[in-house]
Amino acid sequence: MNITVKLFASLGQYSPEGESAKPFTFDIEQGDSLKSLVRTLNIPEEDIRIKFVNGRTQDWDYRLQHDDEVGFFPPIGGG
Amino acid sequence: MWFLRINMSDRTHQFTEVPEKYKYFAGRALTSNLIADEVPPPAHPLGPNNKLVFSPGFMTGTSAPTSSRISVGGKSPLTGGIKESNAGTPWAWKIARMRIKALIVEGQPEDKGAFWGVVIGWDKEAEQPTLEWFDATEYAGQNAYDIYPKVYEKFEGRRISVCSIGLASEHAYGNAGVIFEDMSQRPSRYAGRGGLGSVMGSKGLKFILLDDSGAPGVEIVDKDLFDEGRKKMVAALQEHAITKPKGGLNTYGTAVLINILNEAGGLPTRNFASGRFEDAAKIAGEAIFEGNKKRLGKELYNHACSPGCIIRCSNTWHREDKTEHVSCVEYESDWAFGANLEINDLDVIAELIKLCNGYGLDTIETGVTLGVAMEAGVLPFGDGEAAIKMVHQMGKGEPMGRILGSGTGMAGKVLGVTRVPAVKGQGMPAYEPRAVKGIGITYATSTMGADHTAGYTIAPEILGVSAQLDPLSPEGKAALSRAFQATTAFIDSSGHCLFIAFAILDIESGFEGLIEEANGVLGTSWTADDVVNFGTEVLKVERKFNEAAGFSKEEDRIPEFMHTEPLPPHNVVFEIDDETLDKVYGEI
Ligand code: SF4
Repeated sequence: MNITVKLFASLGQYSPEGESAKPFTFDIEQGDSLKSLVRTLNIPEEDIRIKFVNGRTQDWDYRLQHDDEVGFFPPIGGG
Repeated sequence: MWFLRINMSDRTHQFTEVPEKYKYFAGRALTSNLIADEVPPPAHPLGPNNKLVFSPGFMTGTSAPTSSRISVGGKSPLTGGIKESNAGTPWAWKIARMRIKALIVEGQPEDKGAFWGVVIGWDKEAEQPTLEWFDATEYAGQNAYDIYPKVYEKFEGRRISVCSIGLASEHAYGNAGVIFEDMSQRPSRYAGRGGLGSVMGSKGLKFILLDDSGAPGVEIVDKDLFDEGRKKMVAALQEHAITKPKGGLNTYGTAVLINILNEAGGLPTRNFASGRFEDAAKIAGEAIFEGNKKRLGKELYNHACSPGCIIRCSNTWHREDKTEHVSCVEYESDWAFGANLEINDLDVIAELIKLCNGYGLDTIETGVTLGVAMEAGVLPFGDGEAAIKMVHQMGKGEPMGRILGSGTGMAGKVLGVTRVPAVKGQGMPAYEPRAVKGIGITYATSTMGADHTAGYTIAPEILGVSAQLDPLSPEGKAALSRAFQATTAFIDSSGHCLFIAFAILDIESGFEGLIEEANGVLGTSWTADDVVNFGTEVLKVERKFNEAAGFSKEEDRIPEFMHTEPLPPHNVVFEIDDETLDKVYGEI
């Protein structure tokens, strides 16, 4: 099952695309959670502050579905 | 401590002791109280009875980190209500060190077209500030980037700091900021919102220059307590991932928010027709960092806009040939000219910001007004070249430029547009009320008109700072906005930049530090509750002024189209009813 992932700001360093914000497709198992996804991607959990799936924030135990669009952000702020 | 009154009717000035009533006010608390006490609410904003007040915060001029902010207040030509707009600049630091608690510009000269400047210095022997006048008419009609070097040259040998107005203020636009220098003498730090530059222009005052040589610095009643507080504040700012060195703000600048608002579906796009911009990543803070790196061949971290800032969020954008194009590409400006106009080219956005800085225009109001003009078909969406031409028309005072210079609400009326994203005439900043409900409540109810800084609920609604709330849910958001508006009114009086909030909302000792700093400077014994009460009292004073100026709760509303047009991608409307909005101030 395929999902799209985007890693933003300093998380770009973990992206297979080698840069932030660029979407990549990722093959995961049915029933995988956001938590297992970041483990597979080798991103330290504590580096992530905000987790979006399809434009809504979700918890770590959210179960991913086919075609989900995932976006991870480190702590950021501005104004 | 001094009050300095400059009377522009007869070009006289007066230094007086600070009246007892105002001893424990500074920054926004002082500008708003002075305006409420001294300006008749029905006064015309550009007439002789309006006043322009400058006041540094409690901590400004001290060694407290990130605290060189100056508040500017008056009755706003844009909203018709009370206004406070603040900026970070060396000018703030200097006026505080000369112990001038408030500078009040009043009256109006009879001869229109003549402009004056003042230089405020310090007389070491008399231990008090001084003031000299100079004729500034020769600097009128010019771009700020041209006249700033001339002014520094005129006063060569004196380390002056510059505050001025630009052409937009000479044209008396509702969209005209007060310009301050940054650390590198760029005319780039703005008390931008609400047209206060035009109040200064209406009084024939072009420059306020400061030379603080020999000035004694800020008096601190309890130095030990102050130091304790300052250390806690420094520790919090250096620890928090957003504010620490090479953290989010220092690396990517405020424009790091472009991608996250876009993900959340709350990045206003094409004059608030959508919450997503397909080219968001091309104009985001990450793209600015990577773009500079590519062009300069090295990583470039951001700088401080003002003395003592340890967050350092101000960026510079560089051209292909490595020369500097502009500082600073803030999130708001980037969005206003980018997503809002469907322009995806950072070089065009940088040019539009530079033009605004040069002409004395507020970037937010300019971008939002251009969005409305694009909606009206005056120029096409996405056309950067046409947008650049239009900003020149604004700066030069050509007929269409004057219409747009009057601000979003007014321009929308003249151009017959129904989708006008404004509250109390002031254009909305870079967060969609339909997708982020709390900030919509702040826009609607703030005494300032649509102003994101007035109650920045984005912190918990989007950024997960202090809490993680669902931005699409209206639940509890009226109380949230009220609490943020009150605390903000205190921070705006402290002299600290609002960006300290990210650290002190998450790190409790940082918040303690803020209170200890203030108690140290003033000799007070304020508690956390007192801070909120202090802010609440400021809001009440502002609200009362607005009511007397003719505002009713009917002005505390979000534009109709946001109640009826569902916003993609979440296809939501702003469903918060009037009763809930009225509770924000009704239950204050
Ligand atoms: S955090 Fe940014 S805007 Fe605030 S004072 Fe520092 S450089 Fe200026």
